[in-house]
Amino acid sequence: MAPGAATNGQPPTAASTSELVRFATAGSVDDGKSTLIGRLLYDTKSIFEDQLESVARASGQRGDGYVNLALLTDGLRAEREQGITIDVAYRYFHTPRRKFIIADTPGHEQYTRNMVTGASTSDLALVLVDARKGVLEQSRRHAFIASLLRIRHLVVCVNKMDLVDFDQSVFDRITVEFSGWLAKLDIHDVTFIPISALHGDNVVDRSARMPWYAGTSLLYHLEHVHVASDRNLRDPRFPVQWVVRPMSDEHHDYRGYAGEVASGVLRTGDEVVVLPSGRTSRIASIDTFEGALDEAYPPLSVTLHLEDDIDVSRGDMICRPENRPKEAREIDAMVCWMSERPLSPSARYRIKHTTRTALAKVDELRYRIDVNSLHRDKEANGLELNEIGRLRLRLSSPLFVDEYARNRATGSFILIDESTNDTVGAGMVL
Amino acid sequence: MSVLDSPPDSRGDHMSYEISHLRALESEAIHVIREVAAELERGVLLFSGGKDSAVLLHLARKAFHPAGLPFPVMHVDTGHNFPEVIEYRDRLVAEVGAQLIVASVQESIDKGRVTEEKGPRASRNRLQSVTLLDAIEEHGFKAAFGGARRDEERARAKERIMSFRDDFGQWDPKAQRPELWNLYNGHIKPGEHVRVFPLSNWTELDVWQYINEEQLGLPTIYFAHEREVFRRDGMLYATSEFVELLPSEEPFSKSVRFRTVGDMSCTGAVASRAATLEEVVAEIAATRITERGETRADDRISEAAMEDRKKEGYF
Repeated sequence: MAPGAATNGQPPTAASTSELVRFATAGSVDDGKSTLIGRLLYDTKSIFEDQLESVARASGQRGDGYVNLALLTDGLRAEREQGITIDVAYRYFHTPRRKFIIADTPGHEQYTRNMVTGASTSDLALVLVDARKGVLEQSRRHAFIASLLRIRHLVVCVNKMDLVDFDQSVFDRITVEFSGWLAKLDIHDVTFIPISALHGDNVVDRSARMPWYAGTSLLYHLEHVHVASDRNLRDPRFPVQWVVRPMSDEHHDYRGYAGEVASGVLRTGDEVVVLPSGRTSRIASIDTFEGALDEAYPPLSVTLHLEDDIDVSRGDMICRPENRPKEAREIDAMVCWMSERPLSPSARYRIKHTTRTALAKVDELRYRIDVNSLHRDKEANGLELNEIGRLRLRLSSPLFVDEYARNRATGSFILIDESTNDTVGAGMVL
Repeated sequence: MSVLDSPPDSRGDHMSYEISHLRALESEAIHVIREVAAELERGVLLFSGGKDSAVLLHLARKAFHPAGLPFPVMHVDTGHNFPEVIEYRDRLVAEVGAQLIVASVQESIDKGRVTEEKGPRASRNRLQSVTLLDAIEEHGFKAAFGGARRDEERARAKERIMSFRDDFGQWDPKAQRPELWNLYNGHIKPGEHVRVFPLSNWTELDVWQYINEEQLGLPTIYFAHEREVFRRDGMLYATSEFVELLPSEEPFSKSVRFRTVGDMSCTGAVASRAATLEEVVAEIAATRITERGETRADDRISEAAMEDRKKEGYF
């Protein structure tokens, strides 16, 4: 296989040992995002014939004049009729190496809320720049949100290269300009790829029409970017979800603590401390349906059995005595507001962090950040839908937190409106 | 002590701790199941006897092992079942030791809650929504686990893993709660309930690969067998007492298998010789048509057939 060529043309028989990679895309109607996704799905044989027929039929009814691949992702009647995307859509494709989940987020005014949602579970963000238009405000905003959510890998696809005669100087100019903006952000792995989503150049295979480009195709990059080490494997954190007590004859005295390893590596025999009680014990076994494991790491769901019969319940945090999260009664956090009902200072919300829920009062809104200029408005006295600000929250009972920058799983939280039960805020601990 | 002044645990630095996509999907599903069981008091697992609900039940067993399921299993029974599926259901539920509730569409008809469709194209598919919602209300269930996947159908692609239903059982696609990280918001008001789809991020191929890896048992109709079928609207249907043939329809015998399990009146078969799990996985990997497009008459009514049924309270 030619270097830089993706594993194209092979049947999509993802081996059961392939790796799962999640990425977020964002963009507006005309930057070619849907065409690009359609191209990735089509070229990896992830679009089925009946889906394509249905899209062709819907395109015809709308008078599009071509098979509008954007309709693949627009699932609801209102979306197809109005040509808008209401919400985050999840799409799936795989190659023999990897299975991908795309969180496809629309570019209209609900954009920030949706992109934050899509980005929260993503390993990588894909930003499109129209080669003719250069770096727009929207492209900068995408990159900022990816950085805020601590996505480690950013791919900037400079699209519609066919419309600028595959001119290297256009690509270079955009690369330099965008890199200047990215220097202000906290993203270290950035890859620029010149593509034509419509014609497939550099999407799956290297394009012969841009011999000056020395990098790989987009799909090759997606298949090879190293995401496994993005997990925090250093700080063992195990939020207890559920206490397993069979009370059967066979397992009469068994008590196990079920949960998903948030970070770090836990091993049988490890000394652990349970927060908030501070009681210590050792891991007697790491149990699963298949039997005991020697060690557990994120994101495995397991059940910990401890040597000592100590009181542990849902919401407790199991960690190592010499490496603990911060016991916080107050937290500073960046919060993206997700509700039509604005955040008001001094309001009270439920806060859900790992498996623990408490009440939070907004003590202070330190500033609101302009996602386009990064300007900090210290005079702001509220957050509207899609706005992002830095808050100080006071908590009714302690939460066991790490900085989001160090640990996504124990640094993230959601705010819930007590009267409507809606999820109104997405928070990242500073 | 905070992490800032503590020595990092160095042992994670040198190893990759890789995890396959099936294990990642499995872990995500188990996390969702445990989270919902913990946050919502009365749960129920909706079990059709199909492959997705078989995987779902298996994951629920794993989630609470070595304890049993903390919720019952419910079958919404149209009365128009494949006998092989009922046999499988009863055997599996007994093996798992779960409590089985059967919510009967026939009873809903007898009570006058719904009216049976008539004619050769009659189906009890849509009636299930009423039976399901009645059963949820009768038992006071707050959370109903289902095996639906986002790759199945495009209205489903827009649905949350934890999906809210108002006190009429309706889904409002425009008023869904954002789902961030792995933090699920299980707060609901009296009368409301949630549908929970732990397999949201699985594809049909993932499900089959997982069944193969875990060597899960399935109803025999998923594997190639000789059966008397007839052709309608380009699809093959099993002949049965539940379906009236049109004058032009001639039954014939063919080697078929089913890709989905639903009401006998609306579930089509595919011509196949795949008799083992490995052969089915190979066939699914090579197929160019979606399972619902190939085998489900209930989705062919209109472009938005699923969306409309979901809004009424369908699975």
